Amino acid sequence: MRVGASIEVAAPPQAVWDFVSDPSRALHYMAGITRWQVVSEEPRGLGARYRTLLRVGAAEVGGLVEVVEYSEPRDMAWNSVTGIDQRGRWRLRERPGGRTKVEFRLSYGVAGAGIFGAISERIAAPIVRGHLERTVRQLKRQVEHEAQRRRAAERRRARVG
Amino acid sequence: MTEAGIAEHAAHNGHAGDSESPRGLAARLVASMREQVQVRIPRADLDERDPDYIRESLPRLWLLASLWFRGEVRGLGNIPEEGAVLLVGNHSGGNLTPDTTVFQLAFSAYFGVERAFYQLAHNLVLSMPGLGFLRKYGTVAASPQNAEQALSTGAALLVYPGGDYEVHRPSWERHKVDFGGRKGFIRLALEQDVPIVPVVAIGGQETALFLSRGEGLSRLLGLDRMFRLKVLPISIALPWGLNVGDMLGHVPLPSKIIVEALPPIHLRDEFGPEPDVREVYDHLMRTMQETLDALAAERRLPVIG
Repeated sequence: MRVGASIEVAAPPQAVWDFVSDPSRALHYMAGITRWQVVSEEPRGLGARYRTLLRVGAAEVGGLVEVVEYSEPRDMAWNSVTGIDQRGRWRLRERPGGRTKVEFRLSYGVAGAGIFGAISERIAAPIVRGHLERTVRQLKRQVEHEAQRRRAAERRRARVG
Repeated sequence: MTEAGIAEHAAHNGHAGDSESPRGLAARLVASMREQVQVRIPRADLDERDPDYIRESLPRLWLLASLWFRGEVRGLGNIPEEGAVLLVGNHSGGNLTPDTTVFQLAFSAYFGVERAFYQLAHNLVLSMPGLGFLRKYGTVAASPQNAEQALSTGAALLVYPGGDYEVHRPSWERHKVDFGGRKGFIRLALEQDVPIVPVVAIGGQETALFLSRGEGLSRLLGLDRMFRLKVLPISIALPWGLNVGDMLGHVPLPSKIIVEALPPIHLRDEFGPEPDVREVYDHLMRTMQETLDALAAERRLPVIG
């Protein structure tokens, strides 16, 4: 099952990338996520591994994921190593006026789970989609707030200078 | 011995063919039934646990736990990330225990099916036809040997000391932790030097109207001697109405199940190098009862939660 959410952020792709590629910030904006723990030596980049958990219904589901695509500041994708099968992606595309279109996609399922797997994936979809939509909204708020603070700091420095 | 001698000897011992006394007949029947049950009990084999099977059944468990029981599991972060640990839970819901289903799902999803996780169950549960699949989840017959074997491999082991005694308590005692004084699990934790994580669940005893454990009835029928069954529960449950024994199970009401794992208790750190088993037991019961009281206080209505 694949679900996704997108939003346009009033900041350049690099500003958004700084957020989505930094695992220490994940819990600040990712809704429903209860764990995004670095378990590899390198906290970010190709091959970085995270232990992730997302609250869906009666359980926190997830597992160990590994970053399999890392193209700054455009795409970051990860695949599951253990736990439920999942593939996630942040897709950032530049828009005119220093803006960025942000897409957050997540495919999930359990191979071999049969009919119950298909039913549970569909029933879980609105919950997962809700988490993704809240995540992109929270990301937009935080990135734009950060960009605003940066611009204010630059203005202050210019006045003092 | 002559034929006449044999007949006389048999009559003396109450084993003579047609003239056998009711007591002798009952004793033979009990022995035969015990034998039948014993041969059906699978040997302790931790290798029966099948992570692929558990993983593939997670969606099924998720549907049941999320939609029917509206399960909620708290405090899984209190369980040590790795190493052997003894999870000690209160048990509810008759022979179908929804708290176990909800916790099995939560544990497997949280730690991954790769982490070895075993549960001890009553011999009779494992010998029942159609319940063989439980062994794939890591359910093994409750015995000290199985428990020691599981913990010595570094696995997480879930025990319900209250067992059949607690699981069939009357519904009006649903907010009571009742292990019936069973303390063997504390000695086990001390021998294996593993922490205890109390796991408190609420809601299971609202899946039917449990009226009585039927301890007297069980004694009268000799079930204790035959099957180690101290109870013959009486309840009102779907679809049977009056349900005696609960041997065929029942359709549980969709009661909201909440399970909470508490911080681990490191026995020797907290109670000294030679902990007093009774003191540990009292502490654990107090801790679990306080948590159950708090969960009960959150609950507005039975079943609905």
